[in-house]
Amino acid sequence: MTALASAEVIIVGGGLHGCSAALHLARAGVGAIVVEKNYVGRHASGVNAGGVRTLARHDAEIPLALAALELWHRIGDLVDDDCGFECHGQLRVAENDGEAASLRERAARLRALGYAHERWIERDELFARVPALSRHCVGALVAERDGAALPYRTTWAFRRKAEALGQRFFEGTRVHGVGRADGAWNVETSAGRLTGRVLVNCAGAWANAVCTQLGEPVPLEPIAPMMLVTLRMPHFLDPVVLGTGRPLSFKQTQEGTVLIGGGRRAKVECDAETTELDFRELALSAQTVRDLFPVMREATIHRGWAGIEARMPDDIPVIGPSAVTPDAFHAFGFSAHGFALGPIVGRITADLITRGATELPIAPFAIGRFLPA
Amino acid sequence: MYKRLPDAAAAAPAVLLTIDGADFAARAGDTVAAALLAAGYDACRTTPVTGAPRGPFCLMGVCFDCLAVVDGLPNQQTCLIPVRAGMRIERQQGAAVFGPAAGSAQGPR
Amino acid sequence: MTLPERCDVVVVGAGPAGLAAAVECARAGAATVILDEQAGPGGQIYRAITSTPMQNRDVLGADYWHGATLVAALQGSGATYVPRAAAFAVSRADGGGFEVGVASGGAAALIRAGQVILATGALERPFPIPGWTLPGVIAAGAAQILLKTAGLVPEGPVVLAGTGPLLYLVAAQFARVGAAIDCLLDTTPPGRIRDAWPHAGAFLASPYAAKGFALLRQARASTRIVRGVERLEALGAQRLASVRYTVGGRATEIPAAALLLHQGVVPDINLSNAIGCDHRWHAARSCFEPVVDVYGATSAAGITVAGDGAGIAGAQAAEARGTLAGLHALAALGRIDAGERDNRAAEAKARVARWTRGRAFVDALYRPPDAFRMPLGDTVVCRCEEITAEQVIATARLGCPGPNQMKSFLRCGMGPCQGRLCGLTVTEMIARERGVSPAEVGYYRLRFPVKPITLGELASLPQTTASTQAVVRMKAH
Repeated sequence: MTALASAEVIIVGGGLHGCSAALHLARAGVGAIVVEKNYVGRHASGVNAGGVRTLARHDAEIPLALAALELWHRIGDLVDDDCGFECHGQLRVAENDGEAASLRERAARLRALGYAHERWIERDELFARVPALSRHCVGALVAERDGAALPYRTTWAFRRKAEALGQRFFEGTRVHGVGRADGAWNVETSAGRLTGRVLVNCAGAWANAVCTQLGEPVPLEPIAPMMLVTLRMPHFLDPVVLGTGRPLSFKQTQEGTVLIGGGRRAKVECDAETTELDFRELALSAQTVRDLFPVMREATIHRGWAGIEARMPDDIPVIGPSAVTPDAFHAFGFSAHGFALGPIVGRITADLITRGATELPIAPFAIGRFLPA
Repeated sequence: MYKRLPDAAAAAPAVLLTIDGADFAARAGDTVAAALLAAGYDACRTTPVTGAPRGPFCLMGVCFDCLAVVDGLPNQQTCLIPVRAGMRIERQQGAAVFGPAAGSAQGPR
Repeated sequence: MTLPERCDVVVVGAGPAGLAAAVECARAGAATVILDEQAGPGGQIYRAITSTPMQNRDVLGADYWHGATLVAALQGSGATYVPRAAAFAVSRADGGGFEVGVASGGAAALIRAGQVILATGALERPFPIPGWTLPGVIAAGAAQILLKTAGLVPEGPVVLAGTGPLLYLVAAQFARVGAAIDCLLDTTPPGRIRDAWPHAGAFLASPYAAKGFALLRQARASTRIVRGVERLEALGAQRLASVRYTVGGRATEIPAAALLLHQGVVPDINLSNAIGCDHRWHAARSCFEPVVDVYGATSAAGITVAGDGAGIAGAQAAEARGTLAGLHALAALGRIDAGERDNRAAEAKARVARWTRGRAFVDALYRPPDAFRMPLGDTVVCRCEEITAEQVIATARLGCPGPNQMKSFLRCGMGPCQGRLCGLTVTEMIARERGVSPAEVGYYRLRFPVKPITLGELASLPQTTASTQAVVRMKAH
């Protein structure tokens, strides 16, 4: 079969991580093709809550999140688009003394590790920053430089810049299989064969199909975290607010709509690419919001949705080289908190490809942690 | 402006309510949207995007242009709500305001 | 709101299709709940049938008053009728059947049902012209609703504009109550009759022909009709003041206090779309319709669509299709077998055939012209978010392939109406820019809730006592 197209690097998956890898490779002068079964940004990348946070990260993710945040604050330099990025900080509220104690301990522990990005604030400062918050809250951890951006616009901007720099995108093109021949990769797709020297797996909830083909299957779980959005309300909230004892991610957009997330899950059929909202779970989210923000009691819920994402059992992603084959790399499994990391993980992937190393600590994300010893 | 046909004027009892604080006699069976139009308000709100005036358009619950504040609750589709004696109707200015300030007539922009 | 926790059949919508379906199911002994967001039954075609102040039957006509028979049948059937209740979600229940989310007056509930019949009917096709968002501009069907529900008519000068039989019906009804219409601006292109001619035979043999000619006569007798209108604009500062129309390249401006717009009706597909039923683009009718069989069964087992929501065919066809959907549900529940279903369906199928004969002619004759389906310039396309035609076109030219992506760029379709008044326009405009069929472009991907609910209503739903679903947590390490 003659090849449909060839490039130095073939990237499976046109979400933010695939587009980011393509962009950073372009900046390094390396050609890439992104192959995407739907359209760029169709799934988790295009429909998530848009949180850009260093707050509340797993220890292993903190260095990546801090590096990503620096990129976010200059995102226009990278992709010629501000991506709707706004910085009003993120807060994680404690509703009682037990939660407060655990948050204060965390701040102290992070300080001991050399991280100062999470700071404990008491009630007075909390209510000055979030006047609409219920007065039963006792304090919060705040990350000042955190913010939020627009997920679909961001993914689109990375794609557009990568394309402007010469990368190619094949949308509506489904990968049927990957295999090696003569030291190169053959990626069989619905539109023909793509060939390349390096393979990158950014296939999100479908990444395990690629892993399995490579001979390193992983315990990936497709999940569908649910979101709700309201009709517009007058401005009452600047920072993004997270819950501690019960899941919540709460923000108000520039237009005045309010986004309610937190990770409660819809039912998901990964192969059919469908999700079904669970209204009983959403009722719990609604109660959390009602308790924390009394002004929201009669707010008009306008739409719910759920994006399809990949979760790993330890809630941190798989990033880095294949454990079993040369010239293959992974960036998937972001467990519902990969959006903020998009700009930096693409650079990590590009660095691994172009110079075999990255200065960021990615050992905890190695795929090998799932393989039998 | 709208006028009530003679058949209709006689047909049903009056329902006393207020629109932006002013008394108005609607008819039993009117929707709130019909009452607003009958009272001479062809705009029931201003949009949150540009502040443009809007009034009921489809009268059947699909256009969402008939939104107004009813008994303190904003974003109400007035074409779906039958009038009730003592009802407080207020035109909605811009984005919905909730809580104690809901329904305070802020006047057209 | 008193709702049973479970039933055999939930019918969404109490227009002719919903009423007939509910009656069929309830009479056969199936526990049937029929929901409607209006305060009274009848849908739109029989709106206010139990409460209208227009009691002189000559005004609204015999076709309207037929609705009273249907409502009487409902009252005797044993079905539970719940007014002012909006079905906002339909999900598959664990263990089979469905859960229907219902919101009513500050509370929400979930009803379990074995079968769900969607009878949400139609809405007027979007008619985007410059100034169509001005107060004083309403849909012609809306004017008819004001007449039916409240005996209100607009004060003049009143202008009717567009294409389609409803325009002539409204003109005739207004004439009967002595409400003046200054003119009817007909946008039906001259020569359209040629396109419709192949279907004329069926039309002439149908029940529509005699009614149609009579309506046309009444309309012509009561108002000045201007034919071949190519361009329409509603003008005014804070409200409508005048209408400018163009015929043969010449523009005329006339004062107007009310402009009543109409260019046909299209299925309301938001609920069937959000459920995930397959839909198809109907080229001759320029709209999306759910894919259904003769009983109204969709691609989602257990979900049936009856009435205009499955394809525009009018009230009588809707009633017959409601009967068919009811019979299908009874068979699916095991209350009757397939043989009995088919036997009992024969009469309703014959009625559907009788009342759909001649539709193709009407569809072709009154197909709205491109200029009024795909506007240009600063004409508002998305009323909720105030997005203009030139913004939509520019975004399509940037490479935006479809309406779902366009939502993320422009907020087009993200307002409260959930695309009901812009969806078809946006799909057709993108299709034209891309040079492909609207079928390929697709439609907005709708999600629940299909009608807004408040946070308080959502919070009042029953929850799992122990939430067995794992939650993606941010652990306090």
